[in-house]
Amino acid sequence: MHEMSLCEGVLQVIQDHAERQGFSRVETVWLEIGALSGVEVEAMRFCFDAVVRGSLADGARLEIVEVPGEAWCMKCARGVRVAQRFDACPDCGSYQLQVTGGTEMKIKELEVE
Amino acid sequence: MCTVCGCGEGETRIEGHDPVHEHEHGHEHGHEHGHGHGHDTGHHHHGDTHDYGAGAARAHAPGLSQARMVRIETDILAKNNQYADANRRWLAERGILALNLVSSPGSGKTTLLTRTIDDLKEELRLSVIEGDQQTAHDAQRIRETGVRAVQINTGKGCHLDGHMVGHALETLAPEEESVLFIENVGNLVCPAAFDLGEAHKVAILSVTEGEDKPIKYPDMFHAADLMLLNKIDLLPYLQFDVARCIDYARRVNPRIRVLQVSATTGEGMEPWYQWLRATRELARIGR
Repeated sequence: MHEMSLCEGVLQVIQDHAERQGFSRVETVWLEIGALSGVEVEAMRFCFDAVVRGSLADGARLEIVEVPGEAWCMKCARGVRVAQRFDACPDCGSYQLQVTGGTEMKIKELEVE
Repeated sequence: MCTVCGCGEGETRIEGHDPVHEHEHGHEHGHEHGHGHGHDTGHHHHGDTHDYGAGAARAHAPGLSQARMVRIETDILAKNNQYADANRRWLAERGILALNLVSSPGSGKTTLLTRTIDDLKEELRLSVIEGDQQTAHDAQRIRETGVRAVQINTGKGCHLDGHMVGHALETLAPEEESVLFIENVGNLVCPAAFDLGEAHKVAILSVTEGEDKPIKYPDMFHAADLMLLNKIDLLPYLQFDVARCIDYARRVNPRIRVLQVSATTGEGMEPWYQWLRATRELARIGR
């Protein structure tokens, strides 16, 4: 969707932590991106390199951990896997699902110097 | 450049907003919060700031850099969410109901808004933040109704964010216990993710668009609490299956309310006004 803004958000968070935690160079960035977060992982990689150019994370490696979509089916009363928000329950076909996982967009960790 | 939050880069412009300004309503720019510790994914787990001391020489040496791991565990949108939280607090303290109106371009958002204002301006205190990439045309249309409006031009940006809205609030200074409409940039994708501090997102979909838009753009319809199905006066001339459209919307969001309206003829507008009155009462009660 707006991967450019998201990458700018990542860089802002990194810069905040750089001041507080005293590092000046970032080697690797680990992100956790859920399947239902609306983020296109390939677009994220593409934007990341452009956004961090000239910053403390210039040339940093981007590692993306993809988290599958999970939902609670109210009819089956159990957790199921979903690929999209509007998916039906793979077992009973109901649309009464409550998404329980896979919406995260998180910066997990950094390898820094 | 803004002295508190360091903004000023980019092409965002807010009408009537002095680039060098005081932050009057206590937006806490840049405070940290919400280190959410989610579930484990099973890769690298170290302390908050972990210095291995395990470079090539397996030893610390003063002045020599060592690669180390820093645990962050922060939402990518954390910065935006901080601004949005500050906006939400500011609005709540004043009992102001803020609504984030989202839709694709051409759904009739501004027409719906001007009609609503014309019908309710004697009864409720109203103001508007208008978001568009360029031009102040929409804010001008709103001001012609006699209600105060401020335009945000996002330049190349595809959505409003919490920070822009914070500045617009300073300029607009909406009255206590009023209703603030925030008309987002016409876009069914990006505004879904950016919290502005509003009480509700209201999605506007017109029947001249496809009935499958709720599942084509599920994130937006999932994030909205109310869907206004607009331009229903045109239904006789179109092949638009209302029931199917509502079914699609409920698939992505079982809790969504749907109201069918025509901003042109006024049909169905009264239930929307009832929803507005009731929701505003809740904002006042919650003060």
